[in-house]
Order: sequence, then C-alpha cells, then structure tokens
Amino acid sequence: MPLDQNSKRDFKVIGKRVLRPDGIDKVTGKAMYGADMTAPGMLVGRILRSPHAHARIVSIDTSAAEALKGVKAIVINADLANPEDEFFADIRDNCLAREKVLYDGHAVAAVAAVDKATAKSALRLIKVKYEVLPHVTDVDEAMKADAPVVQEGRADESAPAGSSQNVTSHFEFGHGDLDAGFAKADKIIERSFKTAATHQGYIEPHACLASLGSDGRGELWCCTQGQYNVRTICSEVCGIEASQLRVTASEIGGGFGGKTTCFIEPVALALSRKSGKPVKLVMTREEVFRATGPTVSSSTDVKIGMTSNGRITAAQAKLRYQGGAFPCGTVEFGAQAAFAAYDLEAVQTLGWNVMTNRPKEAAYRAPGAPMAIFAVESVVDELCQELGLDPLETRLKNAARKGTLSSYGPTFNDIGLVATLEAAKAHPHYTAPLGENQGRGLSCGFWFNFGGNTCVSLNINPDGTVGVVEGNPDIGGSRASISMMAAEELGIPYEKVRTVITDTNSLGFNDVTDGSRVTFAVGLATIKAARAAIDNMCERVANIWGIDRDAVEWVDGAAQPAGPNAGSHPPMSLAEIAAVADQTGGPIAGHHEVNADGAGVSFGVHLCDTEVDPETGATKILRYTVFQDAGRAVHPDYVEGQMQGGSVQGIGWALNEEYIYGDDGRLQNAGFLDYRVPVASDLPPIETVILEIPNPGHPYGVRGVGETSIVPPLAAIANAVSRAAGVRMTELPISPPKLLKAMSERG
Amino acid sequence: MKKLHISTSINGDEAQFICAPDETLLDVLRDHLGLTGAKEGCGTGDCGACSVMLNGRLVCSCLVLAGETEGAEVETIEGMANGDDLHTLQRVFIEKAALQCGICTPGILVAARALLEKNPDPTDTEIRYWLAGNLCRCTGYDKIIKAVQAAAAEMRSV
Amino acid sequence: MVRVKLWGSLRSLVDGQEFVEVEASNFKQLLDQLEQQHPALKPQIKRGVSFALDGVIYRDAWFTPISDDNEVVLMPYMVGG
Repeated sequence: MPLDQNSKRDFKVIGKRVLRPDGIDKVTGKAMYGADMTAPGMLVGRILRSPHAHARIVSIDTSAAEALKGVKAIVINADLANPEDEFFADIRDNCLAREKVLYDGHAVAAVAAVDKATAKSALRLIKVKYEVLPHVTDVDEAMKADAPVVQEGRADESAPAGSSQNVTSHFEFGHGDLDAGFAKADKIIERSFKTAATHQGYIEPHACLASLGSDGRGELWCCTQGQYNVRTICSEVCGIEASQLRVTASEIGGGFGGKTTCFIEPVALALSRKSGKPVKLVMTREEVFRATGPTVSSSTDVKIGMTSNGRITAAQAKLRYQGGAFPCGTVEFGAQAAFAAYDLEAVQTLGWNVMTNRPKEAAYRAPGAPMAIFAVESVVDELCQELGLDPLETRLKNAARKGTLSSYGPTFNDIGLVATLEAAKAHPHYTAPLGENQGRGLSCGFWFNFGGNTCVSLNINPDGTVGVVEGNPDIGGSRASISMMAAEELGIPYEKVRTVITDTNSLGFNDVTDGSRVTFAVGLATIKAARAAIDNMCERVANIWGIDRDAVEWVDGAAQPAGPNAGSHPPMSLAEIAAVADQTGGPIAGHHEVNADGAGVSFGVHLCDTEVDPETGATKILRYTVFQDAGRAVHPDYVEGQMQGGSVQGIGWALNEEYIYGDDGRLQNAGFLDYRVPVASDLPPIETVILEIPNPGHPYGVRGVGETSIVPPLAAIANAVSRAAGVRMTELPISPPKLLKAMSERG
Repeated sequence: MKKLHISTSINGDEAQFICAPDETLLDVLRDHLGLTGAKEGCGTGDCGACSVMLNGRLVCSCLVLAGETEGAEVETIEGMANGDDLHTLQRVFIEKAALQCGICTPGILVAARALLEKNPDPTDTEIRYWLAGNLCRCTGYDKIIKAVQAAAAEMRSV
Repeated sequence: MVRVKLWGSLRSLVDGQEFVEVEASNFKQLLDQLEQQHPALKPQIKRGVSFALDGVIYRDAWFTPISDDNEVVLMPYMVGG
C-alpha cells in the first residue's frame, strides 16, 4: 500500500506523545504477564535437564517419580506427536530430547505435581542413563572434518563437500571482480573477528498455563511474541487441530526475538493432557540461559581494499555462525547485511551455518546482522586510521544511495543512509573534544524489516467510540501507535479508540511480533480497516441525504457533502452516524487482512565516546548518540525507546555479555550475576536523533525501527575503544581482562 | 515439611498466611496472596523485579524467607497508589514513557520511591547507582532516569 | 523473458549462471518456471525464498505482477527478531 499522495498533510495525532493505554496497569502491578495467571486445581510443572553437553539417552526410568505422592503426570519425547516437517520436529526435539541430549540444559523429561516442592522432588527420582559422547561448542572447531558430529544428515545441498556434517548450509552473495578491485587498492586490511553468543535477556522468563483435554480441545495462556505461531507449533508438536487450541498472549515481559518460538508450551500441554488438569510451567532464570535461544556466536574474516583518498575498491567477508544443536538459518542475513551500507564495485560475502553442542539459537533483534557489521565496520575504521581519513567522510564517500547495486543483489531505491550520516556529521557530538584515554567510534547499521501476515478488525461502537482488534503482542507501546493511526484516519481523538490484542480464535492469522513489523504492518491494516469503515459510513450518509455515495466525503471525523453539487447538508460526525447505525443497516465495522510487503530497509548511524582505564581494562561509555530513519515516527517516545533499548543491548554485547562454556561443554554463567547485562550505572544518557524519510510502502511513510538499533553499537564501541586504547580489538565482548591484556601486549 | 503460620502487615492491611520454611516472601506474595505485581526475573537477587519494602527497607523479596516476616510491615507495588490516585512516580513514568514491556516497572518504582524518600534531590549518577540493582532490558534506562528526575522535581515542589 | 538474479551459492546449481531467464508474469509463475527449468533449485525454493522487485522485498506474494522491465532478485526467505 503506497505512501499517500498527501503524505505531507498536517497530522493531528501522528507524532504526538500520547499516553499509552496499558500504562496504569503496568505501573500498579495489575498487568498480567505469563506467570501471573492461575487456574482452579492447577498443577505445577518442572523440567529435568541434561547435565551433559552431548550424550545418548540409554534409558529413562520414571517409575520412582510416578510413585511419589502428589505427582500427576510425567512426559518424555515419546508423549509428543510426529510432525512431518523438520522445522516442527526440531522444536519438538528441543522441547524434550529424543535419542540424544544435544547440549547442557537440554530438556529430557517433565513432571506435573500438586506443588513446586513435590515436582522438584520428583525430578530427582527420574533415573536417566546416559552414554556420554564427545562434544563441540566452538564454531571453528565444529567445522573441522574430524569434529564430533552434533546431528547426522542435517546438511542441505549447499553445504560444501568434505566439510564436517556440522556445516548445514552455505551462502554466497556479491558482485564484481574482487581481484581487480583489490589490485586498485592503495591499502588492504584483512582481519579476523570473534563475537560471543549473547542472550536476548528479557527480564520475564518463559511462562505458560496450559489446559488440554483428551478430546484435543485446549486453552493456553503464555508470554510470547506471537500467539498464532505458538498455536501452529503446539498443534504440530502435540498432534491437535489448530481450531481446537485457543492461545491467549499474556502481557509480555520482553522478547527481542527470543519469544518467537516454543520451549515449554507443548510440554505443558502434554502434561495437562496426561494429568487431566491445568498445568502451569514457568522457567527459572538458569533454565532461560541454559535452554532458550541465545544468538549465534561468530567467527569472521574481513578483507577490504581502499584507495588513499578513501574509496573502497573491493570487499570480502567470510562468516561462520554456530546456531546451537539444530540447523539454523542466520548466517545468510549476516552475509546479506554485512556491506549493505556501501556502494561497492566488487564485493563478496560467504557464510556457513554450523551446529554445535549449545542451545538452539533463537532470533535476536536483526538476527545475524550485528556480528557481520561489527567486523566490516571495524576494518573500515582501521583503514581510515591507517590512511589518515575522517571516518564519517569516508563512509559518506562510499555510502549506498538510491541507484546503488546493493551487496545482497537488488538495486536500492529510496534509502536514508546519506541523510543519516549527514545528521551525524552535523551533530555537535561528532566534533566535541576528547581527553586522554578517550576515543570516538562510529558505525553504520542496517536491517531489512518486513511486513507479514496481519489482520485487523475495527468496530464503530454505538456511542461513537472505536475498538480496534489486532493479534500482535505489544512489546513496546504498539497499542498506542495503532490507536493513533486509527484515530488519525477516522479523524477522531486518540482517547476515543481502544486497541486490544486478541486470542487465536477471535481473529485470523497474524505473524509474530518480529521483523520490526508491527507499527508498519498492523498500522497499515488498521488504516485500511478504518478506510473501509469510512466508506461504509459515507454510503449510509449518502442514503440519509438522498445523494450519490460519490457526493459524500470524509473530513475531520465527519461525512460532509463533496462540493456544491451535493447539496447543502450539515456534516454528520462519526458519533452521529454511529447513533443511527441500527436504522441504517446495522453495526458498522471495517476489517483488513493482508500479507504486507514494502516494509523498506532501515539504516542507522551511532556515535560513541569511550574512556578506557589503563589500570583495569574497564571501559566507560561517556557519550552515545543514535541517528536513525523512522520513516514517520508515529509515537516519538516509543521510537526513541527502541533506539535507546537496542543500543544498550548492543553495548552489553560489545563490552560484557557472553556465554562461557567450560571444557566439559557446560555453561558456566547461567545467571544475571555472571552474565552481566548493562545496568543503569554503566551508562550515560542515550541521545537520539530521529530522521523521517517517508517509506514509500506505507500510507503515512512508517518504517520499522525495532531492530536496526542493535546493529551499530558493536563496532561503534569497538572502534571507540580501539582508538582510545591504541590497539585494535577484534573479539567481543571487550571485557576488562581482554582489554588489559591487549593494552599490556601493545606496550 | 511442617508449615509455618505467619502474621504480617501488607500495604497496611493485616495478612496471615501458611508457608513452607523454604518459601520466599516473593512465593507467598505471588502464589498465596495473589499479589503478582512483584515479578520473579531471576530468583537470585540480581534483577530487582521483585523489589518490595520490608520494615522500611528496600529488599529483593526473592531473597527473603517468608518465615522471617512474622510481625513485619511489607509494602508492595500494589500499595503504591492511594486508591485511584497514582503516586507521582507512577504517573510520571506513564507520561515520560519510562516503560516498554513493563515487567521491571513495579520493582523500579518501588526502588525509586525508596530513593526519593531518602534523597529527594538526587543527581543522575545517584539515581543510576541506586537503580543499578534493577535490570531493564527494553529502555536502556534513559527515560527511566529522566522520569525519576521529573517526579522528584514535582514532589519537591509540593 | 524475466531475468532473475540468483545469489552466489545458487549459481553452482545452474551451471554458474548469475542470471537465468524465465517466462513469467507473476512471482508464482516465476517460481514454477525456475523449478521446472532448474530442478536443482527446488530444495531452496521449498525451504523458502523472498524476492526483490525493483528494490522492494516481497516475502511471499505469488501474484505480484512481474514484467521484463523489472529488476528481479531472488533472496533467502526473510526473517526477523
């Protein structure tokens, strides 16, 4: 749906900082999250997890646990169904291991009991006999031909012959003559990089309350980024029909991509089916770390050639991502995004997806892009240092723009990168003075965004208020944005609209809240639904006035005669039309269903000042500024919130966060004390500059903003630290011991 | 395991409950008393989502055994507003968009109120260090700090 | 004929060609023709592909009209977090 011709119109609601509708519930403790629901007679579920990184399950003896008083059901993998599709079979085998446990923390069996204490006691009575197998947790080790094989026969036709079976797929993108390009360069830098696996780190652990009868009818309450997706997965994994399983999404305590799949819901349903009672299953934080999706860890080689005046002549990246114990599809997005910010004559990216004995990777905000762009932007920065060039001018000189053949294939149309870079250049941050042990870093970032399947139903209530029904969990204020777009289109005050997120049986299918899609796609469907309702109202008014439909137009929340030939009639407001709905044909509503495209790619530029402590190797972020194109900022507070939140997740990734595995293949830091996410005292204010370059694919010009902000921080910080410390940091996180070592080796 | 009978005051009202010796104050609030405003984000005192006041002191309720609260005065997020009159911090958090998903919000509000009672005019740095035990993964803390400052200024002026 | 650009690792499946030409007036016909003329591409198409039409990325959308003048680029099926 294209940008309206009148997109420069004076918006009345869009762009205002209105109050969110769920505010009071969330500041008073009333809002209901995943673990806050109860049901009469409910049981408590608990999961037994593997202490081994890789082992064959020889036997599982549940007899002693079953005999414990208060234990009502025990389930293992065999209690689940047999979906044909590998995608669902993998989720099933991740929820409860089949034949082998594939990582430390892999679920083996689950218990439902009358209370938590009994359930915990029952877990200790389940006897699992393991045959321990060799394991591998490092991506480069896992690619070696003689590496322990995590799963056999999982590689697709793209996997290179002769490599380990852990390499499941291979991708290549790019264009041009690399050799000729590198030959033209005055300076070539080639570097290798590593990034650790990081966790999405949502504060709310996964939680659900399941009720499933032996007739296959069920109710499921859970925290998820997509209730329809949960329904699809649980139907497949539990062998029930989608229509019979009603899934209701609770308020969600953060997701960031990590709640786009299932870890416990099918298990809770199976326990409920077997026990005949509702079962509540809530993960502990340790379980969240050990057994839900972190992002991939990566190993990357980047080679870039540049002329002495700063033009890139050729660029190449080789990306190796491990996505845990199942085949993943992440490296292709890193490989496509790596050089997206640049206009390049010769570019090639190669990527390999690799399995290891680690938890199954889940999406994390712009999945695959941050680690690739970290490596690329680090090399660009080093080239600028070596050649004595300004890093912002150099990026401007090489920036992709309209008409650039992108590194991933298509030719760009309208993109906002140059404007974003110009905004950074003009900002006082870029020229502010720096002190001793301080450095300034800069990075571009990129993400694709998408639209996806969306349904919206919009009802005109008899009292002239409006209800919007949509199906995408609200992670960061989207209900406000959707109500704003409905109000804008209908020409009524924001306060007259209420948007609710409904269950799977009350609206058609909706894709997950991901891909930065909700404000774009649900907004688009809401505008269309409002237009349908307006059309219906105009038709009724035409009948009342006895004139043609075409002679009625909608202006400022009311139907009015369109031009002098339509006759003289006082405008009829939405409320007045609603009041006579019974007499003019019955209830008034509009709805829209779409698989939305045209989301438009998104670029961001981050500037960061850091100070390094030569005594301890600690890094302090002194100043941080985010520049990002939002297309149109519907609710600026929540656009800024996305930019700030993504940046800080990226700061954690750059400086502190990492999955640490011992030689035994066990995760050593499964808690917030040892897996350190940024806290308030680690950070300065995060300044934001929103650019608004309308997206031609949305009637108001909206562009997704949720994901791009996590992409630039990795390199922005690494570049700032490398300049401050006088040594190039190529492995994330840049934790104090690592930086101290690098600085002492520098001399 | 024999259960304990405990009498406390919660948000000014008398409350009695039966709990196991190994149950935490958070377990009792959430599972026995229906006060689910305090959240369990970690169960190890690292995230602050379960913050409550115990005899006037800010604590992680996941680190307090329920059996220890005999005769204690407990204040939770549910007691922060006076009827339909929100506490200034609560109102300003909504006005300044200081929450996204909202799961950390109850704990942060309880902690921020405790700060402003001790120190009505804190610096940004003091707020950041005071709230360092309350993890927020959505906002990057920026709008939270600004909201606490705005609320503090408003509270000082009345 | 619509000229379809393939990403690098698909080229080895079609004798190293960067572009293949098919007779198609929409995305569905394009996919059918690709599968028919280049069966080696079938597994990837089954796993999922997006396509960019003059720079705009479409995830599914079988009936999106395509003409000879369009720039058509095959891409892996788009995901997000």
